[in-house]
Amino acid sequence: MPERNQYQVKTLTIDGREVCAAEDQTILEVARENGIDIPTLCHFDGLSEISACRLCLVEVKGNNKLLPACTTQAQEGMEVTAFSPELMEYRRLIVELLFTERNHVCAACVSSGHCELQALAQRLGVSHVTLPYLHVKCSVDGSHRRFVADHNRCILCARCLRVCGEVEGAHTWGITGRGINARMITDLGDRWGDSDSCTNCGKCVTVCPVGALVEKGKAVSEMTKSNFLPYLLQMRREARQ
Amino acid sequence: MKKARIATLWLDGCSGCHMSLLDLDERLLELADRMELVYSPLVDAAEFPEDVDVTLVEGAIASDEDEKKITLARARTRLLIALGDCAVTGNVPAMRNNIPLGVLLGRSYIDLATANPGVPESEVPRLNPHVIPLHELVPVDIFVPGCPPSPALIDSLLSEVLAGRTPDIATVCHFGN
Repeated sequence: MPERNQYQVKTLTIDGREVCAAEDQTILEVARENGIDIPTLCHFDGLSEISACRLCLVEVKGNNKLLPACTTQAQEGMEVTAFSPELMEYRRLIVELLFTERNHVCAACVSSGHCELQALAQRLGVSHVTLPYLHVKCSVDGSHRRFVADHNRCILCARCLRVCGEVEGAHTWGITGRGINARMITDLGDRWGDSDSCTNCGKCVTVCPVGALVEKGKAVSEMTKSNFLPYLLQMRREARQ
Repeated sequence: MKKARIATLWLDGCSGCHMSLLDLDERLLELADRMELVYSPLVDAAEFPEDVDVTLVEGAIASDEDEKKITLARARTRLLIALGDCAVTGNVPAMRNNIPLGVLLGRSYIDLATANPGVPESEVPRLNPHVIPLHELVPVDIFVPGCPPSPALIDSLLSEVLAGRTPDIATVCHFGN
């Protein structure tokens, strides 16, 4: 956690509840502190916010656009709506779009049962996808000694990119292409196993919310992930002090 | 009390959803008091009958035959339930959708054939270029994701449906296993 200025407290409302925010807190942080669990997929505690997944879009009174809670600073007097039938409909649609864009075949996925996309679909009541599936052809990179990158499952949350750059400092992961053609790449599009920058630390695999980055040798539902990042970041902060 | 007329249909799926139904075990005996299985791979009925109350459909739509079966079933069923991921999403059968059909059939029936290479033209259903979930062709009343949906889930689903209710089960089950 970044250090907070304790003395500049802001008051605002989220879904009618009065809540307090420190100077530099986002709507998402304040909401979660107060038990209001706005759904997210790209957010990860300890990494920068990029508002990529759009699931945390909220309404702010007086603003005619929806704003991502993860990158919008809480402000004095703000009136935020985090849950409304309309917002939930948008969130369901986002999840449906994610399912159509790649080949998320849960039944054949090593992360089934431990997948944030799968769990979110259930939470939001997405029992089926109303849009046609695209069935795009995606590559699977199994060149790395320990890990596999399966682009069929990727949702472009870029957690891997951020943890690699911001925590490991290797900057192996990047994104190529735009829109629906965007793909995660290692180095300049080389095979992962041929990457010079990758340190084989596996942080990207740990933060991947779906079955896109996984360990080798796992069968369906066997890929579980541990969240070590808060401990790692805390250890580093303590080491600096 | 009149027994509900129940049918089950098996399209492009692995039969796992039917196995899950059978895994209700002794609960089936209790349900049998309230329902009559009028058409199913599990019973001997040649044609899908008229006037069916509930049809559970396993599998995706992958061939001309699947299309005929589901269209007829829909027309003769009051409550159509997509049972399991293949019926709901296309699932594993739909993984062939990004391979051109000619390439797929050639690989299966010619390249890898050990005897009599050649794509069958008759006697087996003709595959469609793309596998689709049920709701892309016919209206579906209840979606039951899961690969397969658990026996407990099918039990509560059937119990609700037989009691005349339409259960909202979207948040109690998920895609995959």
